[in-house]
Amino acid sequence: MNDWLSPEEWQAVALSLQVSTVAVLASLPFGVLVAHALARWRFPGRGLLNVLVHLPLVLPPVVTGYLLLLTFGRRGAVGQFLDQFGIVFAFHWTGAALAAAIMGFPLMVRAIRLAIEAVDPKLEQAASTLGASRIWIFATITLPLILPGILAGMVLGFAKAFGEFGATITFVSNIPGQTQTLPSAIYAFLQVPGGEASALRLVLVAVIIAMGALFLSEWLARAVARRIAGH
Amino acid sequence: MLSVSIRHQFPGFTLDATFEAPPGVTALFGRSGSGKTSIVNAVAGLMRPDAGRIEVDGRLLSDSESGHFLPPHRRGMGYVFQEARLFPHLTVRQNLLYGGWFSGRRDRAGFARIVEMLGIGQLLNRRPLALSGGERQRVALGRAILSNPRLLLMDEPLAALDEARKAEILPYLERLRDETGLPILYVSHAPAEIARLASSIVLLEAGQVIAAGPATRILSDPATVPALGLREAGAIITARVEAHEADGLTRLGTSSGTVFLPRIDAEPQSTLRLRILAQDVMIALERPAGISALNLLPAVVRDLTETESGMLVRLDAGGETILARITRRSAYALALEPGKPVYAILKAVSVAPGSVGNMKRHFHST
Repeated sequence: MNDWLSPEEWQAVALSLQVSTVAVLASLPFGVLVAHALARWRFPGRGLLNVLVHLPLVLPPVVTGYLLLLTFGRRGAVGQFLDQFGIVFAFHWTGAALAAAIMGFPLMVRAIRLAIEAVDPKLEQAASTLGASRIWIFATITLPLILPGILAGMVLGFAKAFGEFGATITFVSNIPGQTQTLPSAIYAFLQVPGGEASALRLVLVAVIIAMGALFLSEWLARAVARRIAGH
Repeated sequence: MLSVSIRHQFPGFTLDATFEAPPGVTALFGRSGSGKTSIVNAVAGLMRPDAGRIEVDGRLLSDSESGHFLPPHRRGMGYVFQEARLFPHLTVRQNLLYGGWFSGRRDRAGFARIVEMLGIGQLLNRRPLALSGGERQRVALGRAILSNPRLLLMDEPLAALDEARKAEILPYLERLRDETGLPILYVSHAPAEIARLASSIVLLEAGQVIAAGPATRILSDPATVPALGLREAGAIITARVEAHEADGLTRLGTSSGTVFLPRIDAEPQSTLRLRILAQDVMIALERPAGISALNLLPAVVRDLTETESGMLVRLDAGGETILARITRRSAYALALEPGKPVYAILKAVSVAPGSVGNMKRHFHST
Protein backbone atom coordinates (compact mmCIF):
# COMPACT_ATOMS: atom_id res chain seq x y z
CA MET A 1 0.00 0.00 0.00
CA ASN A 2 2.91 2.32 0.78
CA ASP A 3 4.15 1.79 -2.78
CA TRP A 4 0.83 2.54 -4.28
CA LEU A 5 0.30 5.81 -2.39
CA SER A 6 3.03 8.43 -2.26
CA PRO A 7 4.18 9.44 1.25
CA GLU A 8 2.30 12.68 0.89
CA GLU A 9 -0.91 10.92 -0.10
CA TRP A 10 -0.46 8.34 2.62
CA GLN A 11 0.01 11.10 5.16
CA ALA A 12 -3.28 12.68 4.15
CA VAL A 13 -5.15 9.36 4.43
CA ALA A 14 -3.65 8.54 7.85
CA LEU A 15 -4.36 12.04 9.13
CA SER A 16 -7.94 11.88 7.91
CA LEU A 17 -8.49 8.55 9.66
CA GLN A 18 -6.96 9.95 12.83
CA VAL A 19 -8.95 13.17 12.70
CA SER A 20 -12.27 11.42 11.98
CA THR A 21 -11.77 8.73 14.62
CA VAL A 22 -10.85 11.24 17.31
CA ALA A 23 -13.71 13.50 16.23
CA VAL A 24 -16.27 10.68 16.52
CA LEU A 25 -14.98 9.21 19.78
CA ALA A 26 -14.58 12.58 21.48
CA SER A 27 -18.01 13.82 20.47
CA LEU A 28 -19.86 10.53 21.15
CA PRO A 29 -20.49 11.05 24.89
CA PHE A 30 -21.83 14.56 24.19
CA GLY A 31 -23.84 13.21 21.29
CA VAL A 32 -25.53 10.57 23.47
CA LEU A 33 -26.15 13.09 26.25
CA VAL A 34 -27.65 15.71 23.93
CA ALA A 35 -29.72 13.12 22.06
CA HIS A 36 -31.06 11.79 25.36
CA ALA A 37 -31.86 15.28 26.58
CA LEU A 38 -33.67 16.16 23.36
CA ALA A 39 -35.57 12.88 23.27
CA ARG A 40 -36.55 12.49 26.91
CA TRP A 41 -36.23 15.63 28.98
CA ARG A 42 -38.42 18.68 29.01
CA PHE A 43 -36.45 21.75 30.03
CA PRO A 44 -36.37 25.45 29.18
CA GLY A 45 -34.09 26.09 26.22
CA ARG A 46 -34.71 22.69 24.68
CA GLY A 47 -35.78 24.29 21.41
CA LEU A 48 -32.68 26.48 21.39
CA LEU A 49 -30.42 23.50 22.02
CA ASN A 50 -32.08 21.67 19.14
CA VAL A 51 -31.42 24.61 16.81
CA LEU A 52 -27.80 25.00 17.96
CA VAL A 53 -27.10 21.31 17.40
CA HIS A 54 -28.50 21.42 13.90
CA LEU A 55 -26.91 24.74 12.95
CA PRO A 56 -23.76 23.26 11.33
CA LEU A 57 -26.03 21.28 9.04
CA VAL A 58 -27.58 24.38 7.50
CA LEU A 59 -24.83 27.02 7.86
CA PRO A 60 -22.34 27.29 5.00
CA PRO A 61 -19.32 25.24 6.20
CA VAL A 62 -17.09 28.25 5.59
CA VAL A 63 -19.17 30.22 8.09
CA THR A 64 -18.89 27.45 10.67
CA GLY A 65 -15.13 27.34 10.08
CA TYR A 66 -14.81 31.09 10.45
CA LEU A 67 -16.88 31.07 13.65
CA LEU A 68 -14.58 28.34 14.99
CA LEU A 69 -11.57 30.48 14.06
CA LEU A 70 -13.07 33.45 15.91
CA THR A 71 -13.81 31.36 19.00
CA PHE A 72 -11.03 28.79 19.15
CA GLY A 73 -8.32 30.66 17.23
CA ARG A 74 -5.24 31.97 19.06
CA ARG A 75 -6.97 35.31 19.55
CA GLY A 76 -10.40 33.82 20.23
CA ALA A 77 -11.81 33.94 23.73
CA VAL A 78 -11.94 30.18 24.22
CA GLY A 79 -8.72 29.61 22.29
CA GLN A 80 -6.76 31.99 24.53
CA PHE A 81 -8.21 30.40 27.62
CA LEU A 82 -7.36 26.86 26.52
CA ASP A 83 -3.88 27.98 25.42
CA GLN A 84 -2.97 28.40 29.11
CA PHE A 85 -3.42 24.65 29.56
CA GLY A 86 -1.46 23.83 26.43
CA ILE A 87 -4.54 22.92 24.41
CA VAL A 88 -4.21 24.33 20.92
CA PHE A 89 -6.71 24.03 18.09
CA ALA A 90 -5.61 26.69 15.60
CA PHE A 91 -3.65 25.30 12.62
CA HIS A 92 -3.22 22.03 14.42
CA TRP A 93 -4.69 18.57 13.67
CA THR A 94 -6.81 18.83 16.84
CA GLY A 95 -8.48 21.83 15.20
CA ALA A 96 -9.32 19.67 12.19
CA ALA A 97 -10.80 17.10 14.57
CA LEU A 98 -12.85 19.82 16.32
CA ALA A 99 -14.20 21.09 13.01
CA ALA A 100 -14.98 17.56 11.86
CA ALA A 101 -16.70 16.75 15.16
CA ILE A 102 -18.89 19.84 15.01
CA MET A 103 -19.89 19.21 11.41
CA GLY A 104 -20.70 15.55 12.13
CA PHE A 105 -22.48 16.25 15.42
CA PRO A 106 -26.00 16.96 14.03
CA LEU A 107 -26.03 13.69 12.08
CA MET A 108 -24.80 11.71 15.06
CA VAL A 109 -27.33 13.27 17.44
CA ARG A 110 -30.16 12.71 14.98
CA ALA A 111 -29.48 9.00 14.61
CA ILE A 112 -29.09 8.43 18.34
CA ARG A 113 -32.13 10.53 19.17
CA LEU A 114 -34.32 8.51 16.81
CA ALA A 115 -33.08 5.33 18.47
CA ILE A 116 -33.84 6.68 21.96
CA GLU A 117 -37.31 7.77 20.90
CA ALA A 118 -37.94 4.24 19.64
CA VAL A 119 -37.25 2.77 23.10
CA ASP A 120 -40.53 2.16 24.91
CA PRO A 121 -40.55 4.35 28.05
CA LYS A 122 -42.64 1.61 29.66
CA LEU A 123 -39.53 -0.58 29.78
CA GLU A 124 -37.69 2.19 31.59
CA GLN A 125 -40.62 2.52 34.03
CA ALA A 126 -40.52 -1.22 34.64
CA ALA A 127 -36.80 -0.98 35.38
CA SER A 128 -37.42 1.83 37.86
CA THR A 129 -39.95 -0.26 39.80
CA LEU A 130 -37.31 -2.99 39.96
CA GLY A 131 -34.97 -0.65 41.79
CA ALA A 132 -32.91 0.92 39.01
CA SER A 133 -32.07 4.61 39.34
CA ARG A 134 -32.06 6.82 36.26
CA ILE A 135 -28.39 6.27 35.57
CA TRP A 136 -28.74 2.50 35.95
CA ILE A 137 -31.81 2.46 33.74
CA PHE A 138 -29.83 4.24 31.07
CA ALA A 139 -26.84 1.94 31.39
CA THR A 140 -28.74 -1.36 31.54
CA ILE A 141 -31.87 -0.76 29.46
CA THR A 142 -31.70 2.31 27.23
CA LEU A 143 -28.05 2.04 26.17
CA PRO A 144 -28.14 -1.62 25.06
CA LEU A 145 -31.39 -1.01 23.19
CA ILE A 146 -30.07 2.03 21.31
CA LEU A 147 -26.76 0.42 20.40
CA PRO A 148 -27.72 0.04 16.72
CA GLY A 149 -28.65 3.74 16.65
CA ILE A 150 -25.38 4.70 18.30
CA LEU A 151 -23.45 2.68 15.72
CA ALA A 152 -25.41 4.31 12.92
CA GLY A 153 -24.71 7.73 14.44
CA MET A 154 -21.03 6.96 14.75
CA VAL A 155 -20.80 5.88 11.12
CA LEU A 156 -22.68 8.92 9.89
CA GLY A 157 -20.51 11.17 12.06
CA PHE A 158 -17.38 9.41 10.85
CA ALA A 159 -18.39 9.74 7.20
CA LYS A 160 -19.20 13.40 7.63
CA ALA A 161 -15.93 14.00 9.50
CA PHE A 162 -13.98 12.10 6.87
CA GLY A 163 -15.34 14.23 4.06
CA GLU A 164 -15.35 17.56 5.90
CA PHE A 165 -13.63 20.24 3.87
CA GLY A 166 -15.02 23.77 4.07
CA ALA A 167 -14.98 24.33 7.81
CA THR A 168 -11.65 22.55 8.20
CA ILE A 169 -9.78 24.52 5.57
CA THR A 170 -11.23 27.80 6.87
CA PHE A 171 -10.40 27.03 10.50
CA VAL A 172 -7.04 25.26 10.32
CA SER A 173 -5.93 25.82 6.72
CA ASN A 174 -4.28 23.15 4.57
CA ILE A 175 -0.90 22.28 6.05
CA PRO A 176 0.51 18.96 4.81
CA GLY A 177 1.14 16.56 7.70
CA GLN A 178 -0.66 18.82 10.12
CA THR A 179 -4.09 19.77 8.86
CA GLN A 180 -4.15 18.46 5.30
CA THR A 181 -6.90 15.85 5.47
CA LEU A 182 -7.90 13.71 2.51
CA PRO A 183 -10.40 16.17 0.99
CA SER A 184 -7.95 19.04 1.43
CA ALA A 185 -5.23 16.94 -0.22
CA ILE A 186 -7.49 16.11 -3.18
CA TYR A 187 -8.23 19.81 -3.51
CA ALA A 188 -4.52 20.68 -3.34
CA PHE A 189 -3.56 18.04 -5.92
CA LEU A 190 -6.16 19.38 -8.30
CA GLN A 191 -4.60 22.85 -8.05
CA VAL A 192 -1.20 21.71 -9.36
CA PRO A 193 -0.46 20.45 -12.91
CA GLY A 194 -0.11 16.66 -13.07
CA GLY A 195 -1.82 16.13 -9.75
CA GLU A 196 -4.88 14.34 -11.20
CA ALA A 197 -3.40 10.87 -10.70
CA SER A 198 -2.80 11.52 -7.01
CA ALA A 199 -6.24 13.03 -6.66
CA LEU A 200 -7.83 10.00 -8.32
CA ARG A 201 -6.01 7.57 -6.03
CA LEU A 202 -7.23 9.50 -2.99
CA VAL A 203 -10.76 9.53 -4.38
CA LEU A 204 -10.57 5.75 -4.66
CA VAL A 205 -9.37 5.49 -1.04
CA ALA A 206 -12.21 7.75 0.07
CA VAL A 207 -14.78 5.58 -1.69
CA ILE A 208 -13.35 2.37 -0.20
CA ILE A 209 -13.25 3.74 3.33
CA ALA A 210 -16.75 5.20 3.11
CA MET A 211 -18.25 1.97 1.77
CA GLY A 212 -16.33 -0.12 4.30
CA ALA A 213 -17.71 2.01 7.11
CA LEU A 214 -21.25 1.58 5.82
CA PHE A 215 -20.93 -2.19 5.52
CA LEU A 216 -19.39 -2.43 8.98
CA SER A 217 -22.20 -0.45 10.56
CA GLU A 218 -24.89 -2.45 8.76
CA TRP A 219 -23.30 -5.68 9.90
CA LEU A 220 -22.94 -4.48 13.51
CA ALA A 221 -26.50 -3.18 13.61
CA ARG A 222 -27.84 -6.48 12.31
CA ALA A 223 -25.76 -8.43 14.82
CA VAL A 224 -27.15 -6.33 17.65
CA ALA A 225 -30.71 -6.71 16.37
CA ARG A 226 -30.27 -10.48 16.14
CA ARG A 227 -29.02 -10.62 19.69
CA ILE A 228 -32.08 -8.69 20.91
CA ALA A 229 -34.51 -10.80 18.91
CA GLY A 230 -33.10 -13.85 20.63
CA HIS A 231 -31.96 -15.98 17.75
CA MET B 1 -50.80 -2.34 55.57
CA LEU B 2 -51.00 0.09 52.69
CA SER B 3 -52.88 3.30 53.21
CA VAL B 4 -53.71 5.54 50.31
CA SER B 5 -55.37 8.92 50.29
CA ILE B 6 -54.84 10.77 47.04
CA ARG B 7 -56.41 13.37 44.82
CA HIS B 8 -55.49 14.04 41.22
CA GLN B 9 -57.11 16.10 38.51
CA PHE B 10 -57.13 14.45 35.11
CA PRO B 11 -58.59 16.09 32.02
CA GLY B 12 -62.22 15.06 32.32
CA PHE B 13 -62.28 13.42 35.73
CA THR B 14 -61.05 13.69 39.26
CA LEU B 15 -59.42 10.84 41.09
CA ASP B 16 -60.20 11.13 44.78
CA ALA B 17 -59.51 7.87 46.56
CA THR B 18 -58.94 6.96 50.16
CA PHE B 19 -58.63 3.37 51.31
CA GLU B 20 -56.53 0.93 53.28
CA ALA B 21 -55.29 -2.39 52.05
CA PRO B 22 -54.69 -4.99 54.78
CA PRO B 23 -52.29 -7.91 54.20
CA GLY B 24 -53.56 -10.35 51.60
CA VAL B 25 -54.86 -9.63 48.13
CA THR B 26 -56.69 -6.34 47.83
CA ALA B 27 -58.55 -6.00 44.56
CA LEU B 28 -59.11 -2.59 42.99
CA PHE B 29 -62.24 -3.18 41.03
CA GLY B 30 -64.03 -0.89 38.61
CA ARG B 31 -64.77 -0.16 35.00
CA SER B 32 -61.95 0.98 32.73
CA GLY B 33 -61.38 4.67 33.30
CA SER B 34 -62.38 4.48 36.96
CA GLY B 35 -58.86 5.35 38.09
CA LYS B 36 -57.54 1.92 39.09
CA THR B 37 -54.29 2.10 37.16
CA SER B 38 -53.65 5.67 38.28
CA ILE B 39 -53.87 4.57 41.90
CA VAL B 40 -51.40 1.74 41.32
CA ASN B 41 -49.07 4.09 39.45
CA ALA B 42 -49.24 6.54 42.33
CA VAL B 43 -48.33 3.78 44.78
CA ALA B 44 -45.44 2.71 42.53
CA GLY B 45 -44.24 6.30 42.19
CA LEU B 46 -44.74 6.38 38.42
CA MET B 47 -47.37 9.09 38.85
CA ARG B 48 -47.21 11.99 41.26
CA PRO B 49 -50.69 12.85 42.55
CA ASP B 50 -51.68 16.50 42.96
CA ALA B 51 -52.37 15.96 46.63
CA GLY B 52 -52.43 13.24 49.21
CA ARG B 53 -50.42 10.74 51.14
CA ILE B 54 -49.35 7.13 50.61
CA GLU B 55 -47.88 4.94 53.30
CA VAL B 56 -46.81 1.30 53.46
CA ASP B 57 -46.29 -0.33 56.86
CA GLY B 58 -45.67 3.07 58.42
CA ARG B 59 -43.15 4.02 55.71
CA LEU B 60 -44.07 7.25 53.98
CA LEU B 61 -43.91 6.97 50.19
CA SER B 62 -45.35 10.31 49.23
CA ASP B 63 -46.92 13.24 51.00
CA SER B 64 -47.95 16.37 49.16
CA GLU B 65 -48.02 18.41 52.37
CA SER B 66 -44.34 17.98 53.17
CA GLY B 67 -43.42 17.59 49.48
CA HIS B 68 -41.98 14.16 50.22
CA PHE B 69 -41.86 11.93 47.16
CA LEU B 70 -39.86 8.74 47.09
CA PRO B 71 -38.75 7.90 43.53
CA PRO B 72 -39.99 4.56 42.18
CA HIS B 73 -36.65 2.80 42.41
CA ARG B 74 -36.53 3.34 46.16
CA ARG B 75 -40.06 2.19 46.94
CA GLY B 76 -39.59 -1.55 46.73
CA MET B 77 -42.79 -2.19 44.83
CA GLY B 78 -42.97 -5.22 42.59
CA TYR B 79 -45.07 -4.16 39.62
CA VAL B 80 -46.60 -6.64 37.20
CA PHE B 81 -47.90 -4.72 34.20
CA GLN B 82 -50.68 -5.68 31.84
CA GLU B 83 -48.14 -6.17 29.06
CA ALA B 84 -45.26 -8.09 30.58
CA ARG B 85 -42.69 -5.36 29.77
CA LEU B 86 -39.80 -7.81 29.78
CA PHE B 87 -36.44 -6.44 28.68
CA PRO B 88 -35.98 -7.71 25.12
CA HIS B 89 -32.19 -7.61 25.15
CA LEU B 90 -31.88 -9.77 28.26
CA THR B 91 -32.53 -13.50 28.66
CA VAL B 92 -35.32 -14.73 30.89
CA ARG B 93 -32.75 -15.47 33.60
CA GLN B 94 -31.30 -11.96 33.38
CA ASN B 95 -34.79 -10.49 33.44
CA LEU B 96 -35.57 -12.45 36.59
CA LEU B 97 -32.32 -11.38 38.27
CA TYR B 98 -32.64 -7.73 37.24
CA GLY B 99 -34.31 -6.54 40.45
CA GLY B 100 -31.86 -8.53 42.57
CA TRP B 101 -28.93 -6.50 41.20
CA PHE B 102 -30.36 -3.43 42.88
CA SER B 103 -31.76 -4.85 46.08
CA GLY B 104 -28.29 -6.34 46.60
CA ARG B 105 -29.72 -9.68 47.67
CA ARG B 106 -29.05 -12.69 45.51
CA ASP B 107 -30.91 -15.50 47.07
CA ARG B 108 -30.21 -18.69 45.12
CA ALA B 109 -32.72 -20.80 47.00
CA GLY B 110 -35.39 -18.13 46.53
CA PHE B 111 -34.63 -17.97 42.82
CA ALA B 112 -34.92 -21.72 42.41
CA ARG B 113 -38.15 -21.81 44.41
CA ILE B 114 -39.84 -19.03 42.39
CA VAL B 115 -38.68 -20.53 39.08
CA GLU B 116 -40.12 -23.88 40.17
CA MET B 117 -43.33 -22.32 41.43
CA LEU B 118 -43.94 -20.50 38.15
CA GLY B 119 -42.84 -23.42 36.00
CA ILE B 120 -40.38 -21.36 33.97
CA GLY B 121 -37.27 -23.47 34.50
CA GLN B 122 -36.96 -24.50 30.87
CA LEU B 123 -37.26 -20.90 29.64
CA LEU B 124 -34.31 -19.42 31.51
CA ASN B 125 -31.94 -19.11 28.56
CA ARG B 126 -34.51 -17.85 26.08
CA ARG B 127 -35.23 -14.27 25.17
CA PRO B 128 -38.62 -12.65 25.81
CA LEU B 129 -39.53 -12.33 22.13
CA ALA B 130 -39.38 -16.11 21.82
CA LEU B 131 -41.99 -16.66 24.58
CA SER B 132 -45.76 -17.04 24.43
CA GLY B 133 -48.00 -14.45 26.11
CA GLY B 134 -48.66 -16.68 29.11
CA GLU B 135 -44.99 -17.50 29.54
CA ARG B 136 -44.05 -13.82 29.37
CA GLN B 137 -46.55 -12.94 32.06
CA ARG B 138 -45.22 -15.71 34.31
CA VAL B 139 -41.68 -14.40 33.84
CA ALA B 140 -42.89 -10.87 34.60
CA LEU B 141 -44.47 -12.20 37.77
CA GLY B 142 -41.23 -13.90 38.76
CA ARG B 143 -39.22 -10.79 37.98
CA ALA B 144 -41.41 -8.68 40.25
CA ILE B 145 -41.29 -11.20 43.13
CA LEU B 146 -37.53 -11.66 42.87
CA SER B 147 -36.92 -7.95 43.35
CA ASN B 148 -37.85 -8.61 47.01
CA PRO B 149 -40.73 -6.14 47.09
CA ARG B 150 -42.65 -5.02 50.16
CA LEU B 151 -45.82 -5.03 48.13
CA LEU B 152 -46.83 -6.52 44.79
CA LEU B 153 -48.78 -4.34 42.38
CA MET B 154 -50.63 -6.08 39.58
CA ASP B 155 -52.35 -4.06 36.91
CA GLU B 156 -54.71 -6.44 35.12
CA PRO B 157 -51.94 -8.99 34.63
CA LEU B 158 -54.34 -11.32 32.83
CA ALA B 159 -56.21 -8.82 30.66
CA ALA B 160 -54.00 -9.25 27.61
CA LEU B 161 -54.35 -13.04 27.67
CA ASP B 162 -57.01 -15.32 26.21
CA GLU B 163 -59.15 -17.55 28.43
CA ALA B 164 -56.84 -20.55 28.14
CA ARG B 165 -53.80 -18.50 29.13
CA LYS B 166 -55.75 -16.93 32.01
CA ALA B 167 -56.63 -20.36 33.28
CA GLU B 168 -52.95 -21.23 33.01
CA ILE B 169 -51.80 -18.26 35.12
CA LEU B 170 -54.51 -18.09 37.80
CA PRO B 171 -53.26 -21.12 39.74
CA TYR B 172 -49.78 -19.56 39.82
CA LEU B 173 -51.25 -16.36 41.22
CA GLU B 174 -53.06 -18.38 43.89
CA ARG B 175 -49.88 -20.21 44.81
CA LEU B 176 -48.06 -16.93 44.91
CA ARG B 177 -50.62 -15.44 47.28
CA ASP B 178 -50.70 -18.48 49.52
CA GLU B 179 -47.00 -19.37 49.54
CA THR B 180 -45.23 -16.03 49.69
CA GLY B 181 -47.67 -14.16 51.90
CA LEU B 182 -46.81 -10.95 50.03
CA PRO B 183 -49.42 -8.22 50.24
CA ILE B 184 -50.84 -7.71 46.74
CA LEU B 185 -52.74 -4.82 45.21
CA TYR B 186 -54.59 -6.35 42.30
CA VAL B 187 -56.32 -4.28 39.62
CA SER B 188 -59.04 -5.94 37.63
CA HIS B 189 -62.34 -5.38 35.95
CA ALA B 190 -63.08 -9.09 35.80
CA PRO B 191 -65.32 -10.09 38.75
CA ALA B 192 -64.48 -13.77 38.37
CA GLU B 193 -60.79 -13.03 38.90
CA ILE B 194 -61.25 -11.02 42.06
CA ALA B 195 -63.82 -13.42 43.48
CA ARG B 196 -61.18 -16.09 43.11
CA LEU B 197 -58.18 -14.12 44.36
CA ALA B 198 -59.16 -11.21 46.58
CA SER B 199 -59.33 -11.15 50.34
CA SER B 200 -60.50 -7.56 50.33
CA ILE B 201 -62.03 -5.37 47.67
CA VAL B 202 -62.02 -1.67 46.88
CA LEU B 203 -64.79 -0.70 44.48
CA LEU B 204 -64.12 2.34 42.31
CA GLU B 205 -66.44 4.36 40.16
CA ALA B 206 -65.35 7.46 38.23
CA GLY B 207 -62.34 8.01 40.45
CA GLN B 208 -64.21 7.59 43.74
CA VAL B 209 -64.20 4.71 46.21
CA ILE B 210 -67.80 3.55 46.48
CA ALA B 211 -67.18 0.60 48.78
CA ALA B 212 -64.25 -1.06 50.48
CA GLY B 213 -63.88 -3.97 52.85
CA PRO B 214 -63.35 -7.71 53.21
CA ALA B 215 -64.20 -9.70 50.10
CA THR B 216 -66.70 -11.79 52.06
CA ARG B 217 -68.68 -8.68 52.93
CA ILE B 218 -68.41 -6.83 49.61
CA LEU B 219 -69.30 -9.93 47.59
CA SER B 220 -72.41 -10.63 49.69
CA ASP B 221 -73.58 -7.05 50.19
CA PRO B 222 -76.67 -6.41 48.06
CA ALA B 223 -75.65 -2.75 47.84
CA THR B 224 -72.37 -3.50 46.07
CA VAL B 225 -73.53 -6.45 44.02
CA PRO B 226 -74.75 -4.37 41.05
CA ALA B 227 -71.29 -2.84 40.67
CA LEU B 228 -69.65 -6.26 40.80
CA GLY B 229 -72.01 -8.01 38.46
CA LEU B 230 -74.79 -10.32 39.62
CA ARG B 231 -73.14 -13.53 38.51
CA GLU B 232 -70.30 -13.13 40.97
CA ALA B 233 -72.43 -12.17 43.95
CA GLY B 234 -72.16 -14.69 46.70
CA ALA B 235 -71.22 -15.37 50.27
CA ILE B 236 -68.23 -16.93 51.93
CA ILE B 237 -68.79 -18.95 55.10
CA THR B 238 -66.43 -20.77 57.42
CA ALA B 239 -66.53 -24.53 57.71
CA ARG B 240 -64.63 -27.24 59.55
CA VAL B 241 -63.64 -30.52 57.96
CA GLU B 242 -65.30 -33.28 60.03
CA ALA B 243 -64.58 -36.43 58.06
CA HIS B 244 -63.85 -37.90 54.68
CA GLU B 245 -66.64 -40.38 54.04
CA ALA B 246 -66.46 -43.66 52.21
CA ASP B 247 -68.66 -42.54 49.30
CA GLY B 248 -66.13 -39.91 48.22
CA LEU B 249 -67.68 -36.95 50.00
CA THR B 250 -66.17 -34.78 52.69
CA ARG B 251 -68.41 -33.82 55.60
CA LEU B 252 -68.03 -30.28 56.86
CA GLY B 253 -69.60 -28.56 59.81
CA THR B 254 -70.84 -24.98 59.55
CA SER B 255 -72.52 -22.81 62.14
CA SER B 256 -75.94 -23.72 60.75
CA GLY B 257 -75.56 -27.35 59.79
CA THR B 258 -73.70 -30.02 57.90
CA VAL B 259 -72.48 -29.56 54.35
CA PHE B 260 -71.18 -32.27 52.00
CA LEU B 261 -68.65 -31.60 49.28
CA PRO B 262 -66.82 -33.80 46.82
CA ARG B 263 -63.65 -34.92 48.55
CA ILE B 264 -61.47 -31.98 49.58
CA ASP B 265 -57.74 -32.19 49.94
CA ALA B 266 -57.63 -31.03 53.57
CA GLU B 267 -57.02 -32.66 56.93
CA PRO B 268 -59.94 -33.39 59.28
CA GLN B 269 -60.45 -30.66 61.89
CA SER B 270 -58.94 -28.00 59.61
CA THR B 271 -61.03 -24.94 58.90
CA LEU B 272 -61.62 -23.53 55.45
CA ARG B 273 -63.82 -21.07 53.65
CA LEU B 274 -66.69 -22.05 51.39
CA ARG B 275 -67.91 -19.85 48.61
CA ILE B 276 -71.59 -19.98 47.78
CA LEU B 277 -72.75 -18.02 44.74
CA ALA B 278 -76.11 -16.27 45.10
CA GLN B 279 -77.36 -17.85 41.89
CA ASP B 280 -76.69 -21.32 43.33
CA VAL B 281 -78.98 -20.85 46.35
CA MET B 282 -82.69 -21.75 46.32
CA ILE B 283 -85.08 -20.90 49.12
CA ALA B 284 -87.75 -23.19 50.59
CA LEU B 285 -90.22 -22.38 53.34
CA GLU B 286 -90.17 -25.91 54.76
CA ARG B 287 -87.47 -28.51 54.94
CA PRO B 288 -87.75 -30.13 51.53
CA ALA B 289 -88.01 -33.90 51.34
CA GLY B 290 -87.32 -36.11 48.38
CA ILE B 291 -84.75 -33.78 46.87
CA SER B 292 -81.34 -34.64 45.45
CA ALA B 293 -79.64 -31.62 46.94
CA LEU B 294 -77.55 -32.68 49.96
CA ASN B 295 -76.91 -29.30 51.40
CA LEU B 296 -79.85 -27.73 53.19
CA LEU B 297 -79.25 -25.10 55.81
CA PRO B 298 -81.87 -23.56 58.08
CA ALA B 299 -81.73 -19.79 57.94
CA VAL B 300 -83.65 -16.58 58.65
CA VAL B 301 -84.34 -13.90 56.06
CA ARG B 302 -82.42 -10.76 56.97
CA ASP B 303 -83.35 -8.44 54.14
CA LEU B 304 -84.42 -8.27 50.50
CA THR B 305 -83.02 -6.07 47.75
CA GLU B 306 -84.60 -5.66 44.36
CA THR B 307 -82.29 -5.78 41.38
CA GLU B 308 -82.97 -5.22 37.70
CA SER B 309 -83.68 -8.86 37.06
CA GLY B 310 -84.83 -10.22 40.38
CA MET B 311 -84.42 -10.21 44.12
CA LEU B 312 -81.34 -10.62 46.29
CA VAL B 313 -82.18 -12.19 49.61
CA ARG B 314 -79.71 -11.99 52.44
CA LEU B 315 -80.06 -14.90 54.84
CA ASP B 316 -78.70 -15.32 58.32
CA ALA B 317 -77.54 -18.90 58.73
CA GLY B 318 -76.32 -19.40 62.27
CA GLY B 319 -74.65 -15.99 62.30
CA GLU B 320 -73.14 -16.27 58.82
CA THR B 321 -74.49 -14.50 55.77
CA ILE B 322 -75.71 -16.41 52.75
CA LEU B 323 -76.91 -14.57 49.66
CA ALA B 324 -79.63 -15.97 47.43
CA ARG B 325 -80.69 -14.66 44.05
CA ILE B 326 -84.26 -15.53 43.16
CA THR B 327 -86.98 -14.07 40.95
CA ARG B 328 -89.26 -11.40 42.27
CA ARG B 329 -92.19 -13.66 41.51
CA SER B 330 -90.79 -16.34 43.85
CA ALA B 331 -90.08 -13.79 46.53
CA TYR B 332 -93.71 -12.65 46.50
CA ALA B 333 -95.09 -16.18 46.19
CA LEU B 334 -93.13 -17.23 49.29
CA ALA B 335 -94.07 -13.97 51.01
CA LEU B 336 -90.47 -13.49 52.08
CA GLU B 337 -89.89 -10.79 54.64
CA PRO B 338 -87.21 -10.03 57.20
CA GLY B 339 -87.35 -12.44 60.14
CA LYS B 340 -89.01 -15.28 58.25
CA PRO B 341 -87.45 -18.71 58.86
CA VAL B 342 -86.56 -20.57 55.65
CA TYR B 343 -84.28 -23.29 54.29
CA ALA B 344 -81.41 -22.48 51.95
CA ILE B 345 -80.83 -25.17 49.34
CA LEU B 346 -77.26 -25.00 48.08
CA LYS B 347 -77.00 -26.25 44.51
CA ALA B 348 -73.25 -25.75 44.42
CA VAL B 349 -70.61 -24.97 46.98
CA SER B 350 -66.95 -24.46 46.27
CA VAL B 351 -63.98 -24.13 48.51
CA ALA B 352 -62.98 -20.50 48.63
CA PRO B 353 -59.62 -19.73 47.07
CA GLY B 354 -56.63 -19.99 49.27
CA SER B 355 -58.09 -21.75 52.25
CA VAL B 356 -56.85 -25.20 51.30
CA GLY B 357 -53.46 -23.85 50.32
CA ASN B 358 -53.16 -22.12 53.65
CA MET B 359 -53.96 -25.31 55.47
CA LYS B 360 -51.36 -27.20 53.50
CA ARG B 361 -48.75 -24.68 54.34
CA HIS B 362 -49.78 -24.87 57.95
CA PHE B 363 -49.39 -28.63 58.03
CA HIS B 364 -46.07 -28.58 56.27
CA SER B 365 -44.61 -26.23 58.80
CA THR B 366 -45.71 -28.24 61.84
